[in-house]
Amino acid sequence: MSSATMKVERREFLKGAAAGATGLVIGFYLPNPLEARASAAAVPFAPNAWIRIGTDDTVTLVIDKSEMGQGVMTSLSMLIAEDLECDWKKIRTVFAPAAKEYANPVFGMQGTGGSTSVRGMWTPLRTAGAQAREMLIAAAAGKWGVDKGVCRAEDSQVIHTQTKERLSYGSLAEAARKLPVPSDVKLKDPKQFRIVGKAMKRLDAADKTCGRAEFGIDVRQPGMLHAVVARCPVIGGKVASFNADKARAVRGVKHAVQISSGVAVVADNTWSAMQGRDALEIKWEEGPNAALTSAAIGKMLEEGAGKPGGAVARKEGDVTAGFASAAKKIEAVYQAPFLAHATLEPMNCAAQVRADGCDVWAPTQFQGVNQMTAAKIAGLKPEQVNIHTTYLGGGFGRRAEQDFVIEAVEISRATGAPVQVTWSREDDMQHDFYRPASYSRFEAGLDAEGWPVVWSNRIACPSIMSRFFPGSVKNGLDESSVEGAADLPYAIPNILVDYQLTETGIPVGFWRSVGNSQNGFFSECFVDELAAASGKDPYEFRRRLLQKAPRHLAVLELAATKAGWGEALPAGQYRGIAVLSSFGSYVAEVAEVSVDKKSGEVRVHRVVCAVDCGRTVNPLTIEAQMQGAIVFGLTAALKGAITINKGRVEQGNFDDYQMLRMTEMPKIEVHIVPSDQPSSGIGEPGTPPIAPAVCNAIFAATRKRIRRLPIRSEDLV
Amino acid sequence: MAIQFTLNGKAQSVDVDPKMPLLWVLRDTLNLTGTKFGCGMALCGACTVHIDGEAARSCVTPVSEVARKKVTTIEGLSADLSHPVQKAWIELDVPQCGYCQSGQIMSAAALLAKKPRPTDAEVDDAMSGNICRCGTYQRIREAIHRAAQMHAAPRRQKGLPETKAKKPGETAAMTPHEPATVGTAAGGAE
Repeated sequence: MSSATMKVERREFLKGAAAGATGLVIGFYLPNPLEARASAAAVPFAPNAWIRIGTDDTVTLVIDKSEMGQGVMTSLSMLIAEDLECDWKKIRTVFAPAAKEYANPVFGMQGTGGSTSVRGMWTPLRTAGAQAREMLIAAAAGKWGVDKGVCRAEDSQVIHTQTKERLSYGSLAEAARKLPVPSDVKLKDPKQFRIVGKAMKRLDAADKTCGRAEFGIDVRQPGMLHAVVARCPVIGGKVASFNADKARAVRGVKHAVQISSGVAVVADNTWSAMQGRDALEIKWEEGPNAALTSAAIGKMLEEGAGKPGGAVARKEGDVTAGFASAAKKIEAVYQAPFLAHATLEPMNCAAQVRADGCDVWAPTQFQGVNQMTAAKIAGLKPEQVNIHTTYLGGGFGRRAEQDFVIEAVEISRATGAPVQVTWSREDDMQHDFYRPASYSRFEAGLDAEGWPVVWSNRIACPSIMSRFFPGSVKNGLDESSVEGAADLPYAIPNILVDYQLTETGIPVGFWRSVGNSQNGFFSECFVDELAAASGKDPYEFRRRLLQKAPRHLAVLELAATKAGWGEALPAGQYRGIAVLSSFGSYVAEVAEVSVDKKSGEVRVHRVVCAVDCGRTVNPLTIEAQMQGAIVFGLTAALKGAITINKGRVEQGNFDDYQMLRMTEMPKIEVHIVPSDQPSSGIGEPGTPPIAPAVCNAIFAATRKRIRRLPIRSEDLV
Repeated sequence: MAIQFTLNGKAQSVDVDPKMPLLWVLRDTLNLTGTKFGCGMALCGACTVHIDGEAARSCVTPVSEVARKKVTTIEGLSADLSHPVQKAWIELDVPQCGYCQSGQIMSAAALLAKKPRPTDAEVDDAMSGNICRCGTYQRIREAIHRAAQMHAAPRRQKGLPETKAKKPGETAAMTPHEPATVGTAAGGAE
């Protein structure tokens, strides 16, 4: 079996067959060295879970995070390759199976989210690379009969520094696998980095330009059937009864079965399944949300924000005394709507349940939970479930959920066939776990010189964590609901941020940048209001209040300088600025905006972004993620709203839930702050600052404050 | 009754419901999964293919409409990533999640076949039907101009490349990028 066609399967790891008999396979982490030695006969020598080197010199890296566009396949490979000293051009990658060795060190389960991949894997992957390198060096030293000290590694070769002889990694693989795993390895000094910090092209670009990259929706298995599910249009509703006679009469339809989420129609192709679904006759039990409307939800949130005594997220000084001393008081209410993820690849999953095991092929962010979920439904042990992670056609938090996996496993179990369930765009938009709608009430006081002395902020919104990680919600405080608000960086002596957990009946979930996505908008616009109330320049106002927040200050100043803050713009264009820290990184953005006086149409011409994400791993990825995160946030700011009527989501497709398109794309410039701090998140932090930067620019243009998203043209004429 | 058309340069016959959209025939009947499902209503462009050289949304095209026509999908654009649009996409590191990129590339290739040196406005106009949720628009725009510069003769289709050569997440070693030279000709698929 050649490396190029190798498959990483948990089973195969256990059997030790992953690389045949002839390669160094470092594929299975066994913390106990005795255990490792005992298993060596059965399992190819295995000091860690991420590296395999074939006798043909190929280096296969196991990617244990989901590649959803954020570039982890490349970034994580860079971290391994740096200390492994391997030839970058010979790297191959495979996605990891679900196994405890691949648990995310940040949250203890195998999964991808929270912009944790590089942060969490920096040390483990560099160590993995260094371990393998040291073993290869030791193997070469053994062959030459010299001390390891005269050998060094470079470009997948070990070099005898005195004789200049070279041995390739492939030729050393056999010998290296017999050596003990070094427990204490030295990582390279960053000054010697050859890969980390360099602009490395994506490893997946070629596959993604010829249609070869396999997404979940592209999985094809022998005998596989295609399913779609009719779900109750009212969120939380259930099937009361159904008649599938007409559905079964549709050409190609094989089965119609009830599952926990609705009625599944299974056919030999997706289109027939969709036709069959249209022919179903279903009576729904609409449940408690049958009369729910966006107006009613708005009222719940408003009432929540009106209630005193919320969970205190931050308290400094004495806000009562602060207001008593203030020369001027400013109040405002901000609102943000529910938002759908709208990954371009709709939810889907393929599964095959057998008596002795289960295979799940999924574009998933949460393999660890998928495995347990599928096992429970199939009546199996988790280790009997193989999770095959595909490429993800976008994730943004949506694919951390289990619903699509549950459906595929239930349908396969019910029909006995390998089944792929595919959601239509409407299914995807109307049965999401939405970015929470949120309501934020602010009060602040300025002193006689216009500097803020007190800041009070009450937030009401539904809680993601009380469903997802209930143990993390303590005393009514879901920290994800107040991130971007409670961590306000400005020097204000009296601060109170509190939270009223307010459930609405609409399921909510992680959406790129989570609470920061709305709280960043609220806080950074209200700060701008204070600057305006004090008659100060919004950039200078922030600068003065960030004197003790050096990383915020540095990105703020870099963005402003690169944008030419204060310099003339073309007629009709105005600037707005915002800065926010999230996921360990710091981002400031300056937006250049014009507002059509007649139509109120907002046009964003240019965005200048400055980011400090610690040590740069791949500048090309940072630039791409900032561009993408800005488009994501701008789409929401200009267009995004999921609304509810009679318990149903009113939007269904890209005609009524619109995406930013090429014609509306601003020019985006990304500037990276050089740093030797630990690398921090990059997938999400670019999103929060764009909505406030744009809204602050709209204020500069029109003197009108946008306090509820999305931005509506009718509010600007 | 079987419907016959030319698919990526080869004769193809399918015996399916003539109302079935071309998208699902490609994906489910012929297992040619490079063409993507995104909306089913011609709103996102993920399903873009060429029908007799014109960019078309396969999700709303009944397969009966392509009878006796020439259909080119992303798999047939080139056999070896040699189409200037593909080369430019790789050179400028365009894809993120990659899901929309088959459609983006097919739209871009159709544009360049008609307008070898498009302006920014022409690019925006031709590409406005293709959504990229990851927001790769800036690099797409740059890559289309780059492709327009590349001195590469239009490629004739060379039959289907292998579409399922690999397992999920497997990548080959980096494709070496030929240094592109500036020229005047831009390639189209047909």
